[in-house]
Amino acid sequence: MSEVKIGKAPEGSEGPGYFLTSLDKIVGMARENSLWPLPFATSCCGIEFMATMASHYDLARFGSERLSFSPRQADVLMVMGTIAKKMGPVLKHVYEQMAEPRWVMAVGACASSGGIFDTYSVLQGIDKVIPVDVYVPGCPPRPEQIIDGILRIQHLATEPLKRRSSEEYRRQLAEHGII
Amino acid sequence: MEEVTDKIPEEQIESRLQDPLVEKLQSQFGEDIYNAYETYGIKTVVVNHERIFDVMKFLKETPEFNFHFLTDECGIHYPDNKGQELGVVYHLHNMIQNIRLRVETFFPSDNPVINSMTPLWPAANWMERETYDFYGIIFEGHPDLKRILNMDDMDYFPMLKQYPLEDGTREDKNDKMFGR
Amino acid sequence: MSIEVNKNNNELVVPEGDYYTLNLGPTHPATHGVFQNVLQMDGERIQSGESTIGYIHRAFEKIAEHRPYYQITPLTDRMNYCSSPINNMGWHMTVEKLLGIETPKRVDYLRIIIMELARMADHIVCNSVIGVDTGALSGFLYVFQEREKIYDIWEEVCGARLTTNIGRIGGFERDFSTTTFKKLKEFIAGFPKVWSEFERLLNRNRIFMDRTINCGPISAERALAYGFTGPNLRAAGVDYDVRVATPYCSYGDFEFEIPVGTRGDTYDRYMVRNEEIWQSFKLIKDALENLPEGDFKADVPEFYLPPKEEVYNNMEALIYHFKIVMGEIDVPKGEVYHSVEGGNGELGFYLVSDGGRAPYRLHFRRPCFIYYQAYTEMAKGILLSDAIITLSSMNVIAGELDA
Repeated sequence: MSEVKIGKAPEGSEGPGYFLTSLDKIVGMARENSLWPLPFATSCCGIEFMATMASHYDLARFGSERLSFSPRQADVLMVMGTIAKKMGPVLKHVYEQMAEPRWVMAVGACASSGGIFDTYSVLQGIDKVIPVDVYVPGCPPRPEQIIDGILRIQHLATEPLKRRSSEEYRRQLAEHGII
Repeated sequence: MEEVTDKIPEEQIESRLQDPLVEKLQSQFGEDIYNAYETYGIKTVVVNHERIFDVMKFLKETPEFNFHFLTDECGIHYPDNKGQELGVVYHLHNMIQNIRLRVETFFPSDNPVINSMTPLWPAANWMERETYDFYGIIFEGHPDLKRILNMDDMDYFPMLKQYPLEDGTREDKNDKMFGR
Repeated sequence: MSIEVNKNNNELVVPEGDYYTLNLGPTHPATHGVFQNVLQMDGERIQSGESTIGYIHRAFEKIAEHRPYYQITPLTDRMNYCSSPINNMGWHMTVEKLLGIETPKRVDYLRIIIMELARMADHIVCNSVIGVDTGALSGFLYVFQEREKIYDIWEEVCGARLTTNIGRIGGFERDFSTTTFKKLKEFIAGFPKVWSEFERLLNRNRIFMDRTINCGPISAERALAYGFTGPNLRAAGVDYDVRVATPYCSYGDFEFEIPVGTRGDTYDRYMVRNEEIWQSFKLIKDALENLPEGDFKADVPEFYLPPKEEVYNNMEALIYHFKIVMGEIDVPKGEVYHSVEGGNGELGFYLVSDGGRAPYRLHFRRPCFIYYQAYTEMAKGILLSDAIITLSSMNVIAGELDA
């Protein structure tokens, strides 16, 4: 018998030929299993991401098969690697182009907090320029940790469903100066 | 003969190394070769910064030297040597006879101007931009001397010894806690 | 704005100044790393370009002036992160040269095994990504499995997959375990079949050859003038390899060939790397077969931390441990330049020591930084898609570019 568990269906009532549940559960399920990441890979964590996308750790099983390099078509902005101060405006520009709903994952110690580079030229964490949802620490994080980060984004994708109008989100955007 | 001399050059030491390469160089340039020694397997000469371009051209174009490959060019800062604070260190390589040479030259920090090596080796282009970016050394004759690694609007030269490593504007790290 | 037709060859003649500016910006899927090229295009053809780098400048050289010698090793990891053990070993050898430490033969042979595995890993990434950029995506997925096996071997030795911080000044942190040797033997047994399959996919593939032959060529004179080293220079025809010119770490005990190309175009660079993978493989097999017995470290208690049991029981070891960690050891003054053959060329370390705990000046001679300046010249006059594969065949790694 295989160890693969089939995911639980959302709550609802069932009958021959129909399944009754609320719309937001279906939308949440669809969203979480088809997140299109934008790999913003700058340095070493980018190579671990390549290893995650390759066949051994296969991120595609979780729905992230199609990498989108255009921010207009992406759901998750995965920032992997050190962001220097020169790169900060570029990152913000890319984030502003993403359409709602959008999530940000900071992969690696450098993206989370500047990492081992406490210098004049490195941004000490990307949450200085854009709001971040999930931080994956590590230098570089193992592919299993990156997958764990994606699973947490999936959890965030289901609830809350309409995040763009919430207080906290609007406050974060205002703090970073993003319209 | 291996001698490890004190790397902080105080004044022009009159110590000549018995070596045909260095002797030929000295016979050509005389007093402009301030010092010559061999350390950890690489011969080093210290040259007058006003004649550095002629020396390098001679090293590249004379057939018996033939240092056709510029391995590396970088800057260095000795704030304690008054009048000779900034320096540029070149590493040359003759691949055919497998000889390496290090050429150093020093000049004062209030007039950090030196000739560019881009007419001789195009490889020097970005190396000199990096040295300018880090130390503020102006290379005369460089086609496009501007910052390469740091942001264009940076107003100081970060590798000079008087500037700290960390960013002065960060407010989230408490230096008292981390023993800096 | 008048565009005329050239009567002789029926091509459109675009007056100068009407070129289209294309920003191959810092975030681009095809540039594997963050660097920017602003290209002036005449349709699909590139007329000129300007490169901007520095988007991942992390000030390694400034950091190195504030860290003791053994803490700079993790910093060197992050330069060429596809083959980080080579950077680590190069740094250790530079410090050993400064301190005058001779490592035993066993250490040298083990270092060769690790460095050649790193070279193979780097070339695996480069060649499979040339495949991806020309459209051949499947090869990448198959050969990355081999890279996972190399990661497994490194993980057995030092605990980390990518940024390894492998080895210590004077040798290794511990001798290789039996599991490591078992994994090495399995890797050696399984690798030729996988790589030959990849070779059959691309090496004599008509489409691949048509795309890459005569794409972004550079002559040997221009390459030497631009400071090229490594596979890019060897593809242009110059057989310069630091392992042969100035043998370090007992490379002189081994026989291997230096593959050399003729035209310096993308196909030559691809084939040179391909052949270098086989030469590295041969070196690993030879080193493993002839591995001498001995100590896994040099006998330098002043620079190599003593084992923990001795620190707790032996007064001398405790004093050495204290002195090493607090930086009370006398380091000779002097300036050293040591270079190793990295995945991309001659990786040099220029170290100036003033006797203190941290270097006075440390400069990395980074091969990527030096040869990338030739890119705009190589890309002149070719189509955009050819420029992309020229860039990926040069194997520009952003961490090494900016440092």
